[in-house]
Amino acid sequence: MTNYIIRRLLLVPVLLIGVTLIIFGMLQLLGPVERSALYVRDFPKNEKQIEGLIKKYGLDKSFFEQYWRWLNGVVDPGSGERQGGILYGDFGYSRTASQPVVDIVKERFPNTVDLALWTIYPMLSVGIWLGVKAAVNQNKFVDQAARVYSIIGTSFPTFVFGLLILMLLYAKAGWFMPGKMSDWVSKLVFSGELKQYTHLLSIDALLNLRFDVFWDAMRHMIMPIITLSYINWATFVRVTRSSMLETLRQDYVVTARAKGLKENDVINRHARPNAMLPIVTMAGSSIVGLLGGVVITETVFNYPGIGKASADAAANLDVVTILGLAIFTGTILILSNLIVDIIYAFIDPRVRLA
Amino acid sequence: MTENNINPTGDNRLLAETHSTRKISWLERTVGPDNYRILKGLVKTPASIIGMILIAIFILIAIFAPVIAPPVGSDPFKMPRDGFVGEPKGPGSPWKKNVPDVPFWYQTLTGNEEWVHLLGTAQGQYDIFYGIVWGTRTAFKTGLIVVVATVLIGVILGSIAAYYGGGVDNLIMRITDIFMTLPYIMMALIFSSVLTPILGRSLLPPLIAMIAFGWMGYARIIRSDILSIKERDYVLAAKASGLKSGRILFKHILPNAIFPTLVLASLGIGDVVLGFAALSFLGIGTEVGYADWGQVLSFARNWITSLDKYWYIVVFPGITLTLFVMGWNLVGDAMRDVLDPRMRGKS
Repeated sequence: MTNYIIRRLLLVPVLLIGVTLIIFGMLQLLGPVERSALYVRDFPKNEKQIEGLIKKYGLDKSFFEQYWRWLNGVVDPGSGERQGGILYGDFGYSRTASQPVVDIVKERFPNTVDLALWTIYPMLSVGIWLGVKAAVNQNKFVDQAARVYSIIGTSFPTFVFGLLILMLLYAKAGWFMPGKMSDWVSKLVFSGELKQYTHLLSIDALLNLRFDVFWDAMRHMIMPIITLSYINWATFVRVTRSSMLETLRQDYVVTARAKGLKENDVINRHARPNAMLPIVTMAGSSIVGLLGGVVITETVFNYPGIGKASADAAANLDVVTILGLAIFTGTILILSNLIVDIIYAFIDPRVRLA
Repeated sequence: MTENNINPTGDNRLLAETHSTRKISWLERTVGPDNYRILKGLVKTPASIIGMILIAIFILIAIFAPVIAPPVGSDPFKMPRDGFVGEPKGPGSPWKKNVPDVPFWYQTLTGNEEWVHLLGTAQGQYDIFYGIVWGTRTAFKTGLIVVVATVLIGVILGSIAAYYGGGVDNLIMRITDIFMTLPYIMMALIFSSVLTPILGRSLLPPLIAMIAFGWMGYARIIRSDILSIKERDYVLAAKASGLKSGRILFKHILPNAIFPTLVLASLGIGDVVLGFAALSFLGIGTEVGYADWGQVLSFARNWITSLDKYWYIVVFPGITLTLFVMGWNLVGDAMRDVLDPRMRGKS
């Protein structure tokens, strides 16, 4: 076990360096002049000054030298002040949002977590339940319906489904709305009347015992939750069904039936737990995917998370912001994948012994 | 076993006549029995047949686009506009300014001389019907380009990794892992937004970005297929006869390993088109007014509060995109059953 964890931990820096190299490589596609324009905030008056800026920030140096300066920042010899440096949390300054990229992350990431938190349960429970139902009733109506659904579900583009949901539940019925919170809630939040313990709006509302605020938060989140669950159910149904079918063919299931157990016990206590392994992997990567920012869903519903921030920055060609957000997302994904893999090794001994 | 099984004269014609119980078609002889089984899987289930029909319809729409929706002006991929009013107009509203030729099928079907906005107009009076018809060409164009390029990169990297093994394999597969760490749509979004200032607004930035982050799956598949074929006797024979390793790889191993990858790849067109539509929905890629489905759908983003009134700007392009992707998915699903090694020998 320790061996496996150490090997897995050693992979983390490799992945981190790789991801930063890819992102920095993209940045290098732009010429030195364009890059100086991206990062330098004071406006140069003539060509000489531009050249001076390129010299000053070392934009004409070799790839790896610049990569190091980008990671580590540059310490000013006079004042001893550090400028830039991804490792020190300086992701640059976003022009379109008029704030440092780090502040965007601090503001937006809790919203993404909030949404992910409420999506996990419906996504997993319904998807797995439907998949088990389909497998147990193989080739009967439930099964056929589940299979048709899983094909339609995987073909339905997220943004088309999201727009249709908006059309029905917001524009037509008016039950739920896009965005994050109503005006009166944002007043409560900014005046400090709603104490922010976690910065997750729905949780804070519960901790403050403000159920009206909680209901408002939910009304804004239900449409993205439905969309994300719907899109993920399709894959969960497919994986659960095939894993369950595989398990039901095993000898120990035959034994369980032969010794006269009730069919419910055979399925719930003998087959299902053993069919869960591939589903745990799927669930892990889906949850990691939710944390990594769901660009399209957040954009459709105007939900101010990391994904929406990336999409906005990309649409405005704000390269600094989008690369900064990419590094943050990449780090989050690498770390949460690490956690998922370690949990998985605890569940399935075959992984850690391989 | 009868004595007839032994044929010392070497007259294979006789052997074939007496012992073959079924006819071997021309196609089977050309592609080989394994690959023939894969191709047969394409038309085996009702689902995959529906998928094939959907794909065929879209191919026909793409080919006959100029007949179905006659273009205006020199660039057929620019959606014609009926004026510049912001508010969308409903299906069936008459075409006033900038009228294209009335397509003959519309005249024969309805007897009308006046061309209408069959599926309504989007914001800025872009004709939705035109966008959908010519968007089919854009879809096939982007799908084919990205699939061909990603397969090429994937096959080259995957086969080098599998054939040489050891350190080379390790390096290439770790690079593949790193590229797979970040979510595809996010990386494509980022890369195309970096490329846009360099290349300008066109199809190119999203295409290059999708190629750069789309090859990893193919590299993995071809690698595992080659690893199993590498140990076959004929490869050993080729090595023993002193052929260069490059020649063995490209002349003896690849042709025998590549077929499943090619089938899967051709079905990847659906996913590529979906990704491309997502990027243009987010406002990345072609300039405003270019006929592509994601672009038509992105107009809906500005009318969210009144989508119940302007339902047609979501429903028509949305259904088109869904049916297109579904066609490829239906066939792909049948293919996955055929290609799954656990299912081999069961059909």
